[in-house]
Amino acid sequence: MSTDNVTYHSADEAEETAAQTGADAYAGSYDTTEGRVYTVSGGDWDTISPAAEGEHDRIVVNMGPQHPSTHGVLRLILELDGETVTEARAGIGYLHTGIEKNMEFRSWVQGCTFVTRMDYLTPMFNETAYCLAVEKALDITDQIPERASIIRVIMMELNRISSHLVALATGGLELGALTAMEFGFRERELVLDIFEMVTGLRMNSAYVRPGGVAQDLPPDGEKRIRETIPLLRKRLKDTADLLVDNSIWMGRTVGVGYLDLAGCMALGITGPILRATGLPHDLRKSEPYCGYENYEFDVITKDTSDTYGRFLIRIEEMEQSLRIVEQALDRLKPGPVMVADKKIAWPAQLSIGSDGQGNSPEHIQQIMSESMESLIHHFKLVTEGFRVPAGQVYAAVESPKGELGCHVVSSGGTRPYRVHFRDPSFTNLQSVAAMCEGSMISDVIAAVASIDPVMGGVDR
Amino acid sequence: MTDAPVPAVPEGVRELDIIGVRHGAFGASGSGDTSGFGGLVEPIVLPAPATRPFGGWFDEVTDEIELSLQARNLPADSAIEKVVIWRDEITYHVRREHLLAFVTALRDEPGLRFELCLGVDGVHYPHETGRELHAVYQFQSITHNRRVRVEVSVPDDDARIPSIVAVYPTCDWHERETWDFFGIVFDGHPALTRIMMPDDWPGHPQRKDYPLGGIPVEFKGATTPPPDQRRSYN
Repeated sequence: MSTDNVTYHSADEAEETAAQTGADAYAGSYDTTEGRVYTVSGGDWDTISPAAEGEHDRIVVNMGPQHPSTHGVLRLILELDGETVTEARAGIGYLHTGIEKNMEFRSWVQGCTFVTRMDYLTPMFNETAYCLAVEKALDITDQIPERASIIRVIMMELNRISSHLVALATGGLELGALTAMEFGFRERELVLDIFEMVTGLRMNSAYVRPGGVAQDLPPDGEKRIRETIPLLRKRLKDTADLLVDNSIWMGRTVGVGYLDLAGCMALGITGPILRATGLPHDLRKSEPYCGYENYEFDVITKDTSDTYGRFLIRIEEMEQSLRIVEQALDRLKPGPVMVADKKIAWPAQLSIGSDGQGNSPEHIQQIMSESMESLIHHFKLVTEGFRVPAGQVYAAVESPKGELGCHVVSSGGTRPYRVHFRDPSFTNLQSVAAMCEGSMISDVIAAVASIDPVMGGVDR
Repeated sequence: MTDAPVPAVPEGVRELDIIGVRHGAFGASGSGDTSGFGGLVEPIVLPAPATRPFGGWFDEVTDEIELSLQARNLPADSAIEKVVIWRDEITYHVRREHLLAFVTALRDEPGLRFELCLGVDGVHYPHETGRELHAVYQFQSITHNRRVRVEVSVPDDDARIPSIVAVYPTCDWHERETWDFFGIVFDGHPALTRIMMPDDWPGHPQRKDYPLGGIPVEFKGATTPPPDQRRSYN
């Protein structure tokens, strides 16, 4: 802290002087109309506090965007009075990748590859929300084969488990429960192994496509998913046993990050945060899609409105997801996994060969040496794609974080005119101020962890 | 747009929502087109306004909205420009000066009770002269399990819409995002600043007229043009 006794009159001047003298421009002090402002970026508190002694102290801490406890590149701007947070604001945008704009220059099918990368912990939900919207605009919702819908449900529910596990794991990590973190990420691998087996990729799979899914389950897929469920159930119970009645965990989470029903409604909060206030709102029940009306499961609610309630909801929802997966596997019958309309259905199915994943040999045989028309059809559909009638639709799914909505506008072309995602993390993150102001700085970590924001989805 | 052939007008429809005209099929012009598809001229028409009866609960909700607007001394047809129903979804096109009264009715009327606003996003229609920028709001009623959409259109040179943050606080970040990406000013927003782009970013990236960069990769003297100038199917 070499700049303690240097006084500048503005931040610009401080920077200018620093450029000439080689001092740290971001660790000086300067006068403003509201008094002298000290900027500190590390170092020892004792070296700054004597200088600021006797002045009105108003400490603003920038937590993040590079901070291990902020759940990604989230920047929390906290105004402190001692260790009490008097004002909290969230700064976002550090992971904005322009996915919505990019999609306007790619075909409708290629959109899947973009949306799967938004909230990278819930790829199946992003893809399904997008595909449901495109299918609604195409007016083919009723034509989606049952097997495709069931596979979507299986993948989504497994994805819900993996997303909740990461929420628990990172939340545990941030609160110092490292075993929970190790358990969470270990169990998540079981789910990702299934994803890898079915789609070829652990994440970013672009598996759900407009009209169905990219490929059928592998021959032993059903068996392997069935084998994983008991193991997952046992291990999930271990994680629950570790934390549910753990007094340290409860001490950090009970009563922390309080947000009641009125607050949730005003701020548009959905998902576990809303259900922790006691409202059993779940789109799988209220507006069933992909055949969710055929499954028996409970909507988990708690009435504590706090971080602990949200944690319990996630724990119990994973069990419900396993129930749904089991029922879905029982309902699985052989059949097509892509819509019958050849003008929309992706012409090829993927398969694994000695050289990796690619189009199935039968399809290559068909287009390369048997049917010129098939080749033309394949070429047109893959390069040009299908057209979607002009208009706009909105489709929503219940993602692990809340309502994931997809607003699609088509101008009748082969590419989306505009796609907008109402990502639950984006909206839920607005509640940081309501949850954290007046609490201790350590509770901010617990509250943000209970929101479970994923910045890839927040910033898109 | 004037040279576009007028398509057959559906019965009961007074005006068509034409947002552009599509020429050809392959996005190329000037190359020796021998297929004849290059001569295609096709207007891009958005779904036409719906007329009563709308069917289902759409009539019930619309009646309720009209009554509550009248109770606020506001004739319904001065607030609602048109109603579009497409794919079982209802969209109310609302004039911006009456947006606040409209959404307040949506939230407060017992027969409507759209407790949850799912935010707002923008759509840019550069060819719709006088109403280039649209703001689209989604509302959900958990009580009645219904959804409606509200759309507000404003001209590009006067892109101002009253903020609904006072009625639905959830729109805070959504309106900031729409300002950031489309340049729509939400009057009355508590702090309308950029949210995704850096504070000093020039322009509004998701508008259709926003200049795109392209990739400075050269292939034997030729460069790859920006995505909006590349040849593409249209």
